[in-house]
Amino acid sequence: MRRENFSAKPIEDHPARWQDAGIAHLYCLGMDAAVETQSQTGWQHELYDLLRENGITQIAYVPDAGHSILIDRSLADPSVHSIALTTEEEGVALIAGADLGGTRAVLLMQSSGVGNCINMLSLIKGARFPFLTLVSMRGDFGEGNPWQFAMGQATEPVLAAMGVVCLRIERSDEVIPTMNAALTMVFKGAQAVAVLLSQRLIGAKPF
Amino acid sequence: MPADVKPGPTAAAGNFALERGEAVPALIGRHQDFLIVAGLGGTASDVGAVTGDAAHVYSLAGAMGAACMMGLGLALARPDKRVLVVTGDGELLMNVGALATVAVVDPVNLAILCVDNGHYGETGWQKSHTSLGVDLEQIAIGCGIKHTCTVAAARDIAAGARLLREGNGASFVCLRVKPTEPPAFKRNFDASLQRDRFRAALGGTMSPRG
Repeated sequence: MRRENFSAKPIEDHPARWQDAGIAHLYCLGMDAAVETQSQTGWQHELYDLLRENGITQIAYVPDAGHSILIDRSLADPSVHSIALTTEEEGVALIAGADLGGTRAVLLMQSSGVGNCINMLSLIKGARFPFLTLVSMRGDFGEGNPWQFAMGQATEPVLAAMGVVCLRIERSDEVIPTMNAALTMVFKGAQAVAVLLSQRLIGAKPF
Repeated sequence: MPADVKPGPTAAAGNFALERGEAVPALIGRHQDFLIVAGLGGTASDVGAVTGDAAHVYSLAGAMGAACMMGLGLALARPDKRVLVVTGDGELLMNVGALATVAVVDPVNLAILCVDNGHYGETGWQKSHTSLGVDLEQIAIGCGIKHTCTVAAARDIAAGARLLREGNGASFVCLRVKPTEPPAFKRNFDASLQRDRFRAALGGTMSPRG
């Protein structure tokens, strides 16, 4: 579920990507899959629009299913730099460089990638760079892969130890208010903030 | 040196002959033409000896492996400026995937100068992989960076300097130097002050709001 997210197929062609209980229930009722997928993924499109409205022009990521809509939107957006990374810590340094140049960036990653960022976050803390990351959680609500738990459960303590404020989102109606809060904390309050998108929100990957 | 000199195939492993205190200033030339990100350790001193404590330089003293990606973020943010990253072999090896990311994005205004002495000078002169056969220019080529050269002799310097300034796309210069102490330079370790000063010099504000 990683590189294929770069396919040009419309997002709506992949309803099975979103496995949360709400979608599954609606499928059981035989409702129109495309319509329901659109409604369930609407918050991700709103989230992308919010990032853009707030002047974010560099979007960096290691390919990830949980962020696939944001990634696809960034690839299709001629006004942003969509930057695929080999490892998440590259994105931490990229954000610092973007800030030096007076622009805003965001790092999209999975919780396992947080572990790859630890020492690089000393750059953010030491220089007080504004820092915004969206973390799609694994090893969390409903996880079926035992390999994901160590880093998933360590994500918040590790980020907190490096001075990153964590805001956790469990429900789709919390997404926009929480992101507005995060954007204010980062770009007005000069803080480092991680918005954690829980598996309750994005759905656990089936195994 | 004639202007038509091509980067020579002098990159044989173990060929660490140039004096860094002479070669780095010769390659950078007029430093005011660049925004500069300097890696930790010796390269921060290499740059400091050329620029002094300057607002258009951001020098690392930790976060090893950050230099190339900071340069990429800065280059994308400021397409009107030429960005130069000066980093060492140890730092580059720590985050060598950054060369792949730089190659894929391929900003026209980013140049990377790796001061390769084949050693970890800061920690007691242990050999790095480049003393043991690893060729960073070949890695850069393999990543897809189109404009590369290795500067291992005085005759290569003019071509290397040109590549740092005129590469149409990301460029990478591997400078092979003796494993000797970098120039003495009393540097500024305040990362936050450097950040505010850098932004202010670019005409931005010191506040977080871009």
